[in-house]
Amino acid sequence: MNRRILAPAATGLILLGFWWLAVEWSGTIIFPSPPDVARGLITLVERDVLGRYIRDSLYRVACGYGAAVLLGVPLGMLLGWYRQLGRAVNPVIQMLRPISPLAWMPLAVIWFGVTDIAPIFLIFLASLFPIVVAAMNGVRNVPPMYLQAGRNFGLSPAQMIRRVVFPAVLPRIFVGLRIAFGVAWIVLVAAEMIAVDSGLGYLIIDARNAGKRYDLVVGGMIVIGVIGLMLDTLFRVMQPRTEN
Amino acid sequence: MTKVAFSGINMRFASTEVLKDINLDVREGEFVCILGPSGCGKSTLLNIVGGFVQPTSGEVTIDGERVTGPDPRRIFVFQERGVFPWLNVEENIGFGLFRLTDEEKRRRIAHYIQLVGLPGFEKAYPRELSGGMKQRLEVARALAVNPDVLYLDEPFGALDSITRLQMRRELLRIWQTEKKTILFVTHDIDESVQLADRVVVMSQRPATIRAIVDVDIPHPRDLSAPRYIKIRDRLFGEIGLAHQV
Repeated sequence: MNRRILAPAATGLILLGFWWLAVEWSGTIIFPSPPDVARGLITLVERDVLGRYIRDSLYRVACGYGAAVLLGVPLGMLLGWYRQLGRAVNPVIQMLRPISPLAWMPLAVIWFGVTDIAPIFLIFLASLFPIVVAAMNGVRNVPPMYLQAGRNFGLSPAQMIRRVVFPAVLPRIFVGLRIAFGVAWIVLVAAEMIAVDSGLGYLIIDARNAGKRYDLVVGGMIVIGVIGLMLDTLFRVMQPRTEN
Repeated sequence: MTKVAFSGINMRFASTEVLKDINLDVREGEFVCILGPSGCGKSTLLNIVGGFVQPTSGEVTIDGERVTGPDPRRIFVFQERGVFPWLNVEENIGFGLFRLTDEEKRRRIAHYIQLVGLPGFEKAYPRELSGGMKQRLEVARALAVNPDVLYLDEPFGALDSITRLQMRRELLRIWQTEKKTILFVTHDIDESVQLADRVVVMSQRPATIRAIVDVDIPHPRDLSAPRYIKIRDRLFGEIGLAHQV
């Protein structure tokens, strides 16, 4: 067991201990202790609810985020490559970007109803902008030397994109993908509190509404955090290292 | 026989005159150093002959053919940062060989890995190589497409002084084996005397050719021979420096 896992695990255990002690000492009857939360989560697993909610949440993220990647990477690269076009479109992107994706919620419900598509659309919006911006800036900042070398060896424009520009921007795009994923996961949970009746966000809002089950509220929060951590770790592991 | 001919090259960026009436003939197989102070426009001159920049007036011809853009028959070598970090040594050398059969490509890659002394590093990525090795890799990538002319823009500027000396020896060895015409831009007087058949001395901006100095010393050159020192001193004089610190 190495230190990189051991030390964070110790931090987690210590915080867990503080939490437990705080609940015991304060004598609260509303806020759950760690064993309460564990029992609540086990009940959810036994009733086969937790697995289904996780699956639904991941499915929505996969759709919305996946669509954002498929559209955002080529769009961003295009805007970076054709500078005039980029200059024309960029202010609009920068204007849309600071609007919280949740502000689109009423519109999403009008357009898509109370269906899976509404939260998927919000996740799509939330992930799209960081990806487009990363790809655009990435292409703009490809070292001119690489492009010059590509031209010197007689690459066609298509070859240039595939063999020089794309590999050169990949590390930057990856950073954008990772940031976008973090935003997507945050937005997903918020979106599920409003538009749908399954998923981890729904779990939290439903547990509170249906009898103030704060053990399930906190349990849901922990599950969201742990899954977020796991997926971010996956991104970190896959991140390409291509500095010179 | 004349390989590269500059005639009446003028270059201005907006209101700044960078190059003024440059005329120069480079013979086939010749090693020419373009020597001048930093920012004098010698890199611009190399970019013009490389086809990356169009001169304001005048023209460059190679084998009598006017240069209108970059061409794989003439390869530009940058400081070592020009190698592609996402490709390993083999892939970098093979980068320009996409028109060849796999068999021929393999053969060339193996040959140039040998020539620049990188055997054992075929699968290594640039980040795993030292500065000198990256520079050799870039030279190999350029040579692999079998160009007639190499343009080198201060290629050893970022290396430490010991590696730089080794790299000059390497480059001379490669030049003698491969019989290329070389245009080499530098601001280092010693470097130019060690390498070149002729040194073209440029003035401050707007750059003109101040002098063309023949370095008629056979290789390998003795850096303490009177002849070497005499030519070096002449270049110091042409640049406008007494060689005292």
